[in-house]
Amino acid sequence: MSEFLQQLLNGLSLGAIYALIALGYTMVYGVLRFINFAHSDVFMVGAFIGYYLGKLVPEHTVWGGLGVLAAAMIGCALLGMTIERLAYRPLRSAPTLNVLITAIGVSLLLEYTGQVFFGAAPRNFPEIFPKQNFNLGSVIVTSNQLIVIAVSIVLMIALQLIVYRTKIGTAMRAVSLNPKAAILMGVNNDVVISFTFGLGSALAAAGGILYALNYPSIDPLMGVMPGLKAFVAAILGGIGNIPGAALGGLILGTVETFVSGSQFSTYKDAIAFAILIIILLFRPAGLLGKFTVEKV
Amino acid sequence: MLTVTDLSVSYGAISALGGISFSIPQGSIVTLIGGNGAGKTTTLRTISGLLRAKTGKIEFLGEDITKLPAHKIVARGLCHVPEGRMIFSNLTVDENLTMGAYLLHDKELITKNREYVFSVFPRLKERIKQMAGTLSGGEQQMLAIGRALMGSPKFLMLDEPSLGIAPRLISTIFEKIVEINRNHGITILLVEQNANLALEVSRSAYVLETGRIVMQGESKQLRTDPQLKATYLGG
Repeated sequence: MSEFLQQLLNGLSLGAIYALIALGYTMVYGVLRFINFAHSDVFMVGAFIGYYLGKLVPEHTVWGGLGVLAAAMIGCALLGMTIERLAYRPLRSAPTLNVLITAIGVSLLLEYTGQVFFGAAPRNFPEIFPKQNFNLGSVIVTSNQLIVIAVSIVLMIALQLIVYRTKIGTAMRAVSLNPKAAILMGVNNDVVISFTFGLGSALAAAGGILYALNYPSIDPLMGVMPGLKAFVAAILGGIGNIPGAALGGLILGTVETFVSGSQFSTYKDAIAFAILIIILLFRPAGLLGKFTVEKV
Repeated sequence: MLTVTDLSVSYGAISALGGISFSIPQGSIVTLIGGNGAGKTTTLRTISGLLRAKTGKIEFLGEDITKLPAHKIVARGLCHVPEGRMIFSNLTVDENLTMGAYLLHDKELITKNREYVFSVFPRLKERIKQMAGTLSGGEQQMLAIGRALMGSPKFLMLDEPSLGIAPRLISTIFEKIVEINRNHGITILLVEQNANLALEVSRSAYVLETGRIVMQGESKQLRTDPQLKATYLGG
């Protein structure tokens, strides 16, 4: 039982990180109907911003950790908006395939520019937050897990409030439902799309820092695997569906952790893609997604 | 209020509008009638900035808006209720109305507009928390017009408000259109396939055929025009 609880806790904290990344995929898909493959590299840049700033602040402090987190989120929000402005906006009326290929290009650009500037060798992520283990019976809760869960909950609630309670959030949903009608309401869709990229990229940065706290070896290709898994999480929950992305992330993280703790641990990376295949076969709209028929 | 001069539009190599001109005086209801593919919707979409004119000029309140982006045209008080209603189906009725007031910042004005919309369409108030996609066709049309009214428009363009609506509701909606025009002085450009109805409520009309204006005049006179009768009014 305690083994189960321990694994569940580990799984949920990994899942929360996948969820944060998956939200960015799903929101961008919502407004632009394409998968931003560069998203996983924004996650990586977030971790590197944390790495460099983390060396400037004293280790093991809450304010230092939160400061680094906030700075990385702002930095990545700007990066995401810049990518959208330079790479995707010129292609607004181009076929989706062109945008997808461009996204792969931007992803490679970020990865290999990262190797030029940060070097290809892995680096040790500084311990920016205080570190302590708590024993709850036979279950060990690390302070990092608590931070991951707390930060994710706060960010997801904040996102929920932005999307459902603010004007720009309503505009985001409107653009995602019917971009033309949104324009006719006077919405400047470019501003809304830019905001969506900023929001998604900030969440990816938070994901990057939280991931690096738990797996403190970072390198410019670190985003590839978590990015792919978060993408699967977004599909699992129903692409374009915000609560779906959060749910998909949590499920995927938990399943992966249980598999890696079992005798099939070598298949822990395969499980995500097995889930992807099963979902695409049996419920292509995802768990919370609605299957919509394209109207002609 | 709105003056369109020699407007032509094409989709790639296919010409959709071949140089049309018309003008709409303040406070009136003017209708644009014509069959399928005559260019009615294209005309509205070009005025509201969703499509770009190839040549010609669109002036609104004396200013050239031909090259303005669509969201800036709305900001000047020219609101387009598109064909097929285009409501936000997964937003509530209330949120749809909020989107209609997207450009307004005065909270009191927004509240006033919301009350006005509810006084014109009480049905919307009953449905306020419902997802817009669950409304009937007629209610969705009411919502589309109500949403447009939320932004305090000076000029309203309605594209086929009778399309896909229960016959019983069509007359209600047309009564409301006249009411909006009379009581609030909102100028209306009405595009309709149902020419009888459109000529009944409008002051003047333009008849569009394959991208050209082939007839124009007072709606009253056009209703008795033998040629028009034979083509559009069912004998």
